[in-house]
Amino acid sequence: MKVVVDMNKCQDHGQCVFAAPDVFQLDENGRLAYVDDPDDALLDEVEEAADVCPLQAIRIEG
Amino acid sequence: MTGRMVVAGASMAGLRAAEQLRSAGWTGAITLVGDEPHMPYNRPPLSKEVLAGKAPFESLAFRPRASVADVEWRLGTKVVASRLAERAVVLDDGSELSYDGLVVATGMRPRRLGCPGPLAGRHTVRTLADAQGLREELTRPGVRVVVVGAGFIGCEVAATAVGLGVAEVTVVDPLPLPMVGPLGELLGRALLRRHEERGVRFALGTGVARFEGEDRVTGVVLGDGTVLPADVVVESVGSLANTEWLDGNGLDLTDGVLTDGRLRVGGRPDVVAVGDVARFPNARYDGVPRRVEHWSIPTDTAKHAAKVLTGAEPAPFAPLPTFWSDQHDFRLQSFGAPALGRDDVRVLDGDPAADVLVGYHHAGRLVGVVALGGPAAVSAAARYRAELLQQPALTA
Ligand SMILES: Cc1cc2nc3c(=O)[nH]c(=O)nc-3n(C[C@H](O)[C@H](O)[C@H](O)COP(=O)(O)OP(=O)(O)OC[C@H]3O[C@@H](n4cnc5c(N)ncnc54)[C@H](O)[C@@H]3O)c2cc1C
Repeated sequence: MKVVVDMNKCQDHGQCVFAAPDVFQLDENGRLAYVDDPDDALLDEVEEAADVCPLQAIRIEG
Repeated sequence: MTGRMVVAGASMAGLRAAEQLRSAGWTGAITLVGDEPHMPYNRPPLSKEVLAGKAPFESLAFRPRASVADVEWRLGTKVVASRLAERAVVLDDGSELSYDGLVVATGMRPRRLGCPGPLAGRHTVRTLADAQGLREELTRPGVRVVVVGAGFIGCEVAATAVGLGVAEVTVVDPLPLPMVGPLGELLGRALLRRHEERGVRFALGTGVARFEGEDRVTGVVLGDGTVLPADVVVESVGSLANTEWLDGNGLDLTDGVLTDGRLRVGGRPDVVAVGDVARFPNARYDGVPRRVEHWSIPTDTAKHAAKVLTGAEPAPFAPLPTFWSDQHDFRLQSFGAPALGRDDVRVLDGDPAADVLVGYHHAGRLVGVVALGGPAAVSAAARYRAELLQQPALTA
């Protein structure tokens, strides 16, 4: 699976971090960092992260 | 699994319900019936980016999960009646849909002020069309705006209007401070000061008596006799649940649709309610059924309700309410149920005059955390989220 975050949209709400902590993190400046090719076993978590992004900035491909 | 699930209301909660039904293993048909002409779109930007002209419609549409590619969308169609005992709903084109499971997801509509005066020039903000219509009026030069209601949406609209360059923006509310109901006095005062510093005026402690004008609003007359000249009025005075189509089934529809602790409606295993319209007890708190108009709730309720509708027996519903609001250059971020701890409010970090993190307590226990300020305050609030999640149930 490929994860793409539109960083122009992202406003650092951090909701994705709660939903999928293995894939999304906030760095010490509160900015989003993420794994763009997570294991397919994490699909559920990543779909949930995409759902809870208030900006709908997370896209899952493949 | 075969048969048909019908979802009434095709907005965020309806879409999430369809997706979660698939996740829960439902492979039968799903029909979504929604009276708006659009596919589900995201509402929070309506009072912010859309009003500010910064978000085109394409950017609002939700991207449905691949799992719902085969569901049937009946858009521009209203559910007008229902016979739950017969498992059927009636649509405005006269047709009927029978179902094996029904999801109530019809949300809310704005409450309107009943006081006398002309209607033209008065707006609400719930739909895309509302936001676009209001934007057109706010971008006319020299316009004077009165926002009735100092709740979240009223404050957001006032902030966006100031950001658009509107010189005269006044917020009216019978309560003495903005957002004092959900957030209490400490943050209410902090918000008032921040809005005033950025150019929003307030007329607090008095309501609207009537609107002035012949064909169109020209002013707002307050309860204390003050007259505020106005070219545009925004009414943000709460909302009413869209439940008329459920009348006649013996349900409790006093404020939304009452559910049990598993989101079932009327004690039936085949009807659930999700999103803003659901009035549910939260097992995390006191068991009192409440509606929760927060963006996180459609997703939380959909997940739980889909399990119930497909025959699972999940633990009683116990979501952690989460809310944010963007106003001017600051954000409010809330976790938990601050309103339940309004009588014992403590500053956890920072200073109400700058970035602040506030804790709400009930019987000595933390029940909610709200941050007001920049990213640092917001991420500090997030650190308390785990603590709030771990706490045992609060019983009345
Ligand atoms: C302007 C605005 C700003 C917001 N900002 C924030 C924010 O910053 N943060 C936050 O946490 N939350 C915010 N919210 C709240 C959040 O958007 C709502 O909680 C969420 O939209 C609720 O979704 P829903 O699907 O339950 O209801 P709705 O979005 O109201 O959807 C219900 C749908 O059902 C349709 N319908 C109604 N009756 C019928 C019928 N009889 N037949 C068929 N269809 C019907 C309606 O037309 C609508 O499309 C905001 C809401 C608004 C309106």
